[in-house]
Amino acid sequence: MSEPILQTTGLTKEFRGFVAVNGVDLSVDSGTIHALIGPNGAGKTTCFNLLTKFLPPTRGTIRFKGRDITGLKPADVARLGLVRSFQISAVFAHLTALQNVRVALQRERGGSFDFWRSDTVLDRYNGRALDLLDQVGLHEFADVPAGQLAYGRKRALEIATTLALDPEMLLLDEPTAGMAHADVDRIVALVSRIRQGRTILMVEHNLSVVEGLCDRITVLTRGRVLAEGDYATVSRNPDVIAAYLGSEAGDAAHA
Amino acid sequence: MRGASVSDTSGITRRSGLRALAFGFTGAQATALIILVAAIILGPAVLYPVFLMKVLCFALFASAFNLLPGYVGLLSFGHAAYFGMGSYLAAWTAKYWGIDAEIAILIGGAAAGALGLVFGWLAIRRQGIYFAMITLALAEMVYFFCTEASFTGGEDGIQQVPRARLLGMFSMQADMSLYWLVAFVFLVGFLLIHRIIHSPFGLVLQAIRENEPRAVSLGYRVDQYKLLAFVLSAALAGIAGATKSQVFGIATLTDVHSSMSGEVVLITLIGGIGTVFGPAVGALLFGALETYLAPFGDWVTVTQGAIFVACVLAFRRGLIGELAARLRLSL
Repeated sequence: MSEPILQTTGLTKEFRGFVAVNGVDLSVDSGTIHALIGPNGAGKTTCFNLLTKFLPPTRGTIRFKGRDITGLKPADVARLGLVRSFQISAVFAHLTALQNVRVALQRERGGSFDFWRSDTVLDRYNGRALDLLDQVGLHEFADVPAGQLAYGRKRALEIATTLALDPEMLLLDEPTAGMAHADVDRIVALVSRIRQGRTILMVEHNLSVVEGLCDRITVLTRGRVLAEGDYATVSRNPDVIAAYLGSEAGDAAHA
Repeated sequence: MRGASVSDTSGITRRSGLRALAFGFTGAQATALIILVAAIILGPAVLYPVFLMKVLCFALFASAFNLLPGYVGLLSFGHAAYFGMGSYLAAWTAKYWGIDAEIAILIGGAAAGALGLVFGWLAIRRQGIYFAMITLALAEMVYFFCTEASFTGGEDGIQQVPRARLLGMFSMQADMSLYWLVAFVFLVGFLLIHRIIHSPFGLVLQAIRENEPRAVSLGYRVDQYKLLAFVLSAALAGIAGATKSQVFGIATLTDVHSSMSGEVVLITLIGGIGTVFGPAVGALLFGALETYLAPFGDWVTVTQGAIFVACVLAFRRGLIGELAARLRLSL
């Protein structure tokens, strides 16, 4: 279909006496939505932390757009267009929803070290910030401090903030975790809308979300890749059924 | 960007327009600023000017300190180092070089800022309690340096610093002349701090305070922002110390002692960490206690301790912080 935009070889992370991620070769094709699934403790979030350089890998390399990013700092990875979200909703609680999005938008000014200038210079981003809030259904909450938003709305705000950077590739860590049904549908609709021109790698527990959205799935267990393919292939894989769906095959497979 | 286009930005831009007119102050903050300026102008009619000058110096010191815990989430336990270095350098240059008051004060601020650059560079590598411990340890080293170095005068300090002239022509001998200089320095520093907080830079600082990993994931090199905030805070603390040495004509080990670092934490806590006006109010209260309870000797310390405990237990947001929360305002 196309070139891999993100590629790891032998990615390994050892904590003392414990291998969280073990020789993972992951290849995400440009323009696809790729899911990373697996039982709790399989190393999904550690993988995310490695890919975005929040953790240094013990071994292995990471290439993004053909460039070796293994040695980069997290902020610099973000600047290359590989932007992550967090499992626990990561908003700036005391800033308003509008300010949250604006903090991301003002990144395009380069560094914001101009402490002598009034923040009214950021007002030119208000229109775009409101547009982004509108896309995730938060327009009427623009002036509300993010910490006071309901959980589902915080997650939506986080996605709006991530989108504000207009990243080439998004890493979404359980975007629908803990959400009510209506909110899940809204996020699914949002993700399928924003995929245009982007690549998305997501950790997701809700398999119906994965089935509906993702082109390709990588299954991790105990830090290793167990299987890879589209949903139909992976969900028929006996190893996957045993390791991942085994205990809850009945309800999870078609939840 | 796709999605419905939104035209309803008028409310936000209108508000911003008003804020731009008021130097970035909201209505409530502008009111508070008017009260503050009125108090500075009318104060000397009621209270002893030297007392007020001391309060203003500490108000600036605490406001500068407040930048770090209040707006970046970094608690420094070593701000006496910058206050004291500003004090020593301004006193020394004023006494031995005979330079003008404004130059001495700027030299004090620059020296403290340079020290802040080195110490900040070391301290921001760690977070939370470790950051606090590094700042404390470095400040202790400065204290030791000041007891040993020859230029500080050791135990005696630098005494009998003449009140320098302002701009080479205005005599600062009269308390009231110096008072207006101190009031000017305070107000400029205070407005600068307010501007820093409400600048594009300040917004990034607050994002770092709220959620550092998230700020990193948005592509901010947070260490550079923390370092600049640290330098600004140290330089302004140095200016406060330098101004203080001009007021009292001395610079002593008290200025660099760790109890000074503790005092500024206390002042800021009483007034309200993370509020624009809190540190100034805290400095007034603290100064008043120190001065008017002085006849009771050691009871000053006991009273301060009791107030500190009461603050932490009963109103953790500090006087202004609680007031702002009650009134649902940002002060």
